[in-house]
Amino acid sequence: MVNDNARTIRDGIATGRFSAVEVCQAFLDRIEAQNPILNAFTLVARDRALARATEIDRQRTAGESLGPLAGVPVGVKDNLCVRGMRTTAASRMLAQFVPPYDATVVERLEAAGAVILGKTNCDEFAMGSSNENSAYGPVRNPWATDRAPGGSSGGSAAAVAARCAPLTLGSDTGGSIRQPAALCGVLGLKPTYGRVSRYGLLAFASSLDQVGPLARSAADAALALGVLAGPDRADATCSQTPVPDFMASLTGDIRGLRVGVPRTFVTEGVNEDVQRAFDEALATLQGAGATLIDIELPHAKHAIPVYYLIATAEASSNLARYDGVRYGYRTADGNLALQDLYSRTRDEGFGAEVKRRIMLGTYVLSAGYYDAFYLKAQQVRTLVRQDYDAAFEQVDLVAMPTSPTAAFRLGEKADDPLQMYLADVFTVSANLAGLPAISVPCGFVAAPESAAPLPVGLQLTGPMFDESVLLRTADAYQRLTDWQTPTPPPI
Amino acid sequence: MPSTPCVARRRRPMIASTIMSSVLTIADVERVAALAQLDLTADEKVLFARQLDGILQYARQLQAVDTSGVRATAHVHAHQQGERDDESRESLSQEDALANAPDANREAGLFRVPRVIGN
Repeated sequence: MVNDNARTIRDGIATGRFSAVEVCQAFLDRIEAQNPILNAFTLVARDRALARATEIDRQRTAGESLGPLAGVPVGVKDNLCVRGMRTTAASRMLAQFVPPYDATVVERLEAAGAVILGKTNCDEFAMGSSNENSAYGPVRNPWATDRAPGGSSGGSAAAVAARCAPLTLGSDTGGSIRQPAALCGVLGLKPTYGRVSRYGLLAFASSLDQVGPLARSAADAALALGVLAGPDRADATCSQTPVPDFMASLTGDIRGLRVGVPRTFVTEGVNEDVQRAFDEALATLQGAGATLIDIELPHAKHAIPVYYLIATAEASSNLARYDGVRYGYRTADGNLALQDLYSRTRDEGFGAEVKRRIMLGTYVLSAGYYDAFYLKAQQVRTLVRQDYDAAFEQVDLVAMPTSPTAAFRLGEKADDPLQMYLADVFTVSANLAGLPAISVPCGFVAAPESAAPLPVGLQLTGPMFDESVLLRTADAYQRLTDWQTPTPPPI
Repeated sequence: MPSTPCVARRRRPMIASTIMSSVLTIADVERVAALAQLDLTADEKVLFARQLDGILQYARQLQAVDTSGVRATAHVHAHQQGERDDESRESLSQEDALANAPDANREAGLFRVPRVIGN
């Protein structure tokens, strides 16, 4: 049962093949067995989940209409608010925070009948590419437990890979859904900026953040996106653009699809085996009738500095709210003046990477540096967007590896923030341009000093609000390949 | 070495020259930490001076990109949503709003902070 995808589970419950409680119990047992090693969940809401599953079973017995995710167990990244369920963003700052409201995505999941199993581990305030910046400790990659799962949605990706949940939610500011999906061998979708409400997502960089699903199949991602997407009066940046029937886009037919390949950009610094898996994936698309077209994204090589200047500037402003007054941690030192209470609380409550980013963001916004760093980055952001605009005049989507390497070892990049930032080289430009992007498993590579082969991902980036072309292509690719089926070695 | 950014050269010649060449000092870190309301330890100041300097050096590659006449992107959707109806809705109760406060007078409905005047 834990190997079933979300749609099979939903259909099985609807037809009475098994009950929602049986499904929920199976995944709770799986989590209990795996989580002591993987550390993918920061909280397991056993009783609440079983109560929800019981309610789904009651609805079915009573002949009531069931939602599109009725009885499907889901994990929710710990930076999304669930009313009454501790939500920490993996930070000491919010160790005791219990949200008084639901994020819109959580409300929509539950309205569709999903059963929330608990909160998934992540980098603190979603800042990281390895899940090592968590106050709860790192998540381990299910394929090789000495390796990072990627980040920041490392727990969400590891949970799906290890069959602890068929579906999870993550958030993606610079690759935080796609990169861990690739490194854990699952599928992850970052929707178009504005496709999904950010209300109740603990903000990191508001012009870049987007919530999306992680699953094993494109069909499950399409199912989930249909539930999550659409306007929200609580988020003014959430678009009124009509939401298409994503499931209907899964035709299996990609004949005539024009796939853009930015050859110059994706050749440098990419591990040889990753490159080979990428080329084989392109050949598979070509074999299914797609046409490969070489394109240029001349400014994509600058996307990392642009991203880290803009994201940290926005973060320095967003995280100003954590001051030890209205919610969250407050320093135990009771004899401080107000100003000192703020700054002591913040130094004690935030971890190193969060402080580093607040410092960088404050610096680039400060007098004398704003024009040279922040404004310059915003201008180059325009050029990055224009590169994509030009590409989409020739092609339907752009293909790249999701990550230049397979999963790296825990601790390998922990002391060198710049090396860690470079891991995001292929993912950040989609956020800067606001475009939808998906990572779909595209093979395994042998890794030095690793007994098990490690998964890698193919990233597809589409035009604004065209998640359908990504889902259709990923689904067609998954019908021709079998990379989503292998199970990680037993722990 | 990339050329000095024209915007900065026009407005702030002294600072622009430090942008291109400087190593971030402990004093710089202390100035930024004060702005960010972070009471950094001595070790953190040393570490961040080194690491932030490395990141900023790397980011200086942007100075070589020609952005003359390029407008800045603050947000990808130029057109924000229309206004919503001006109607009252239920909001958080006072009890819910105070529930996560590290120090509150719940009876009076107040967040509590150290005395700021009259010491």
